Amino acid sequence: MAETGLIAKVETAFPGKITESHSQHGNETVVIDREDALAIFRALKDDPQFAFDFLADLTAVDFFGQEPRFEVVYHLHSMRLNHRLRVKICVPEDDAVVPSVSSLWKAANWLEREAWDMLGIRFTGHPDLRRILMYEEFRGHPLRKDYPVQRRQPLVEERDPINNPWPKR
Amino acid sequence: MAEAARQLSEELDRTSEVMSLQMGPSHPATHGTIKFNLKLDGEKILNCDVEIGYLHRGFEKMCEQRTWNHVVPYTDRLNYASPLINNVAFALAAEKLLELQVPDRCQYIRMIMSEVSRITDHLTCLGMSATETGAISVGFYMLEARETLYDLVTAVTGARLTVSYARVGGVTQDFPAGFAERVRSAFTDIRQILADCDKLLSKNRIFIDRMSGVGVMSKEDAISYGVTGPLLRATGAAYDVRKAQPYLFYDRVDFEVPTGTQGDNYDRFTVRFAEVKQSMRIIEQALGQLPPGPVRVDDPRITLPAKKEVYGNIEGLMNHFKLVIEGVKIPRGEVYMAVEGANGELGFYLVSDGSGRPYRVRVRPPCFFGMAALGDMLKGYLLSDIITTFGMINMIGGECDR
Repeated sequence: MAETGLIAKVETAFPGKITESHSQHGNETVVIDREDALAIFRALKDDPQFAFDFLADLTAVDFFGQEPRFEVVYHLHSMRLNHRLRVKICVPEDDAVVPSVSSLWKAANWLEREAWDMLGIRFTGHPDLRRILMYEEFRGHPLRKDYPVQRRQPLVEERDPINNPWPKR
Repeated sequence: MAEAARQLSEELDRTSEVMSLQMGPSHPATHGTIKFNLKLDGEKILNCDVEIGYLHRGFEKMCEQRTWNHVVPYTDRLNYASPLINNVAFALAAEKLLELQVPDRCQYIRMIMSEVSRITDHLTCLGMSATETGAISVGFYMLEARETLYDLVTAVTGARLTVSYARVGGVTQDFPAGFAERVRSAFTDIRQILADCDKLLSKNRIFIDRMSGVGVMSKEDAISYGVTGPLLRATGAAYDVRKAQPYLFYDRVDFEVPTGTQGDNYDRFTVRFAEVKQSMRIIEQALGQLPPGPVRVDDPRITLPAKKEVYGNIEGLMNHFKLVIEGVKIPRGEVYMAVEGANGELGFYLVSDGSGRPYRVRVRPPCFFGMAALGDMLKGYLLSDIITTFGMINMIGGECDR
């Protein structure tokens, strides 16, 4: 992908809100604070010069031993303008919370559930934040670096799907 | 007469008690382990909560324990209906981190094998869906076509499904002698089979009634849900990673991106059907353009030395040992690389800390997004429509649950 000058455009549109930016291997990346996140995401989606109508991916990376520990990574794509942007939010371990973007992109609903399940990132404002790949009784978040690969989980009792369903109704 | 019709329609509209039904996780008509928590009004679906995760093996966690090249066999087991595309996508992402230029012949081989895989994936999906709507002969015809392609894949990689063909810096081996001829003769057979299947389905009342107007999703919804591939193109959006952000040599071949108009199961079926033909076109052009040359980079830091060197001298042996035990060293950094998988945009987000092992491997599995949209797609349709709609999403448990 050719250099599109996207970072410069984003920095002009949100002055002082971009804490860090880089362009590596053709992937343009900006780092923002979670306090501004929802407003910036909304503008990135609605502003015609960005038009990021497509949330390609949402995940998190655990930099265990560093501060802040987690990076929540969003890969945005615009169908109309055919450009991509990576947005990152850094959150500390004891307060791993970011605002949910499920009101902007429906794809975020399941992606945020997965990030919660696998890495224990909480998303405020998510309509239904429960585990997705693991089961309700699972303890811990397996993709965290301090989760041992060999750890075994206790067997859980079989659940009656009609009288004790999950999600609880 | 009018009064009778009104009474009948009232009779049909009468609502019954809402019933909860758990469908799955091991249901004979869903190929894939998945559970639907349904709320039904008679046969009508009021709400469908999709539960996935039954095939979770901890793919991303496993990748962090292995060297970069050890991840390749794991990627086979993501979408096992098109393992070559996963192999290639992972290798491309890792090479992007290395900023490595691999030989042209290798890139062409990767492109050809990706398209072969796309055809096998589509044939699996189409054949199974036709079988589920009662057209079981079509299912067998398509399996026969797929088998001719698996023979080709076996000739090149040595395995039908668990191919592990790509490596960081190249592919394991070159095409066998006479490969182009074998492809051409296989395509003659496949074209004949596709024509037969088309005859069996295109005017088949049962098939059309089961597929047309079922599981409709709008273009806006599809984009918002992150749905890509044939599901998105069936709604009319001509988004294809091969065209939008060309990788390999897709910009050097001529092909069309088939689209639908309704966004229903019938369009999804026809889009996939048309894509099989386009993939064959791509392969034929690529075989014509295939240049001679090596199939992997010649760099002792990345590719294994020749066996003669390994067994013949200490430098070769040490080189081999270091690469197998420590792995290819990939510089610190992060990359997102998307390719067009058979079900849509297949993305690899890799983070490297500069060691021989990946720090983080994240897969963007295309059918995960289709499954997220499934609940909405099914609302208001009948219980039996789950089977065709789920079949058209072509969920592959290995990829969706990782």
